[in-house]
Amino acid sequence: MANIILWRLGATLLILLVVSLLVFWACEILPGDVAQVALGQYATPENVRALRLEMGLDRPAIQRYLEWLVGALQGDWGRSLVTKTPVSSLLSERLANTALLAGVTTLIAVPLAVLLGVVTTMWNGRAFDRAATVSFLALSATPEFLLATLLVLLFAVNLGWLPAVAYLSTGSDFGQTARALLLPTASLVIVVTAQIARMTRAILGSILSQPYIEMAVLKGIPRQRIVGYHALRNAVGPLANVVALNVAYLVSGVVVVETIFAYPGLARLMIDSVQSRDLPVVQACAMIFCATYVVLILLADVLARLFDPHSLAERPTDAL
Amino acid sequence: MTTASIQIRPSSTLVFSAALLVFVGVVALVSLVALPQDPFDFITDEPFMPPAAGIWLGSDYLGRDVLSRLMDGTRITLFMAMTATLLAHLIGDTLGLTAAIRGGILDAALSRIVDVLLSLPKIIVGLVVVAALGSSIWVIIGIAAVVYSAGVFRIARALGTDLKNMDYIMLARSRGEGTLWILFGEILPHVIRPLATDFALRASFAILFMSSLSFIGLGVQPPLADWGGMARENLGGLSTNPLAAIAPAIAIALVSIALNLLVDALDDDARH
Repeated sequence: MANIILWRLGATLLILLVVSLLVFWACEILPGDVAQVALGQYATPENVRALRLEMGLDRPAIQRYLEWLVGALQGDWGRSLVTKTPVSSLLSERLANTALLAGVTTLIAVPLAVLLGVVTTMWNGRAFDRAATVSFLALSATPEFLLATLLVLLFAVNLGWLPAVAYLSTGSDFGQTARALLLPTASLVIVVTAQIARMTRAILGSILSQPYIEMAVLKGIPRQRIVGYHALRNAVGPLANVVALNVAYLVSGVVVVETIFAYPGLARLMIDSVQSRDLPVVQACAMIFCATYVVLILLADVLARLFDPHSLAERPTDAL
Repeated sequence: MTTASIQIRPSSTLVFSAALLVFVGVVALVSLVALPQDPFDFITDEPFMPPAAGIWLGSDYLGRDVLSRLMDGTRITLFMAMTATLLAHLIGDTLGLTAAIRGGILDAALSRIVDVLLSLPKIIVGLVVVAALGSSIWVIIGIAAVVYSAGVFRIARALGTDLKNMDYIMLARSRGEGTLWILFGEILPHVIRPLATDFALRASFAILFMSSLSFIGLGVQPPLADWGGMARENLGGLSTNPLAAIAPAIAIALVSIALNLLVDALDDDARH
């Protein structure tokens, strides 16, 4: 077991290394002359040359890559081309805001989704279950920006209860922060809950077709207890896997939701930097998002293995 | 008796989703020939005018006809989604099935590349490539085709691996049939159905992915607009003409939901 986890950890580190190469290649080599790109087509040749020297573009790419990588590992992502300030100083507050949004969403969505999945499975085939199943499918196929726009239309434009723009500042108290977070979080919670609930339902459904459940049914154990106790216990592994994967999928939701609410998070920073072609900032944000995603996928894999009852037995032949 | 009648009658969700998709396809075709108004023409001085007779969905942020732009956007959105999904399947199916049949270094190398691609968040890949190359319809289609070909590769490879050790393939090999012939003549007919189901699902992902890029302002650039772009450019008018932003977003949701229902119905059908 420990071997498998170590092996997966090694593979993850290797993938991160490859990702860093790809991000560097995409941002510094793919566009051609980065200095020209940064300054736009009306820049004078002197300015372009000066920026090339300032960015060290006269040195070989491999040397620049290694310097960038070593710097990034130490938290030094270089300087922004637009604000000229260190990229790391732009990141910290944005990263905390995005972590807050994603964290609150996860804390609400995961218990809610598992509960909904379990309850609909208990009420299998009834009208409520059928309605819920179709709703889960519909909501998980709905773009986040439709839900977010509808929430803004209802709660900000028509009712005027909540702000349409999530303005967060360092001095704001808990109440202000909560009000600013409410709509962005709700948009994400709806989509994530639908996805996890749908998968919970599928996992429990496949467990319920196992022979030992049939045995329990024949013994006369009520369905509620079979679903809530026998099936749920064996669903923990796949569920942990599903949850970690969905938290990883939050990345794309966060990008859209931060846009619509002008939420001052990391995704918003990255989109702004893509628009202004501030490539050092794009590189840093891309690496942080990719690293988070890769680590969550690793976690999903490890959790699935840890909770898999088959892995508890000594089966050395399965080591690969 | 009853099972027979159930098998003949398609489920209501299947009928609903198929009808909706056909309708959207027809709208896209009609928009090639005729639109109620010129989608780039300013028909009124009033931005975000509420719906009125003849202007059924009102006007957008520049006073253009929302309905005409929505229909024009249908054409752009469907063209992008179909092209990207077709390319993803062309790349993924060919490489996946070839990897399954040939095995060896080719299989190992392709599988590792796919491992890396699948461990990247797609929207972030999109942002980085747009930062490097700028945005255009073809850049967006290219990004979607590549990121979604990885998932297609996995499925095609798994389907091919299941089939390749079957007796009839062994027999074909011993008859001296080449890899390409085995691929298209012997294997493809058996995997076409699961791959078609995957196509529908993948198309729904592609629509959501590309319209999200347009929604954050990095996809289709004005004055052209796909549905995601329309939802973005009209966000400011929620208080006077909310339809301008919400109608295109609902169109995306409906197509995506219809595709998912279709996949569910096809899966159910295959199981029974």
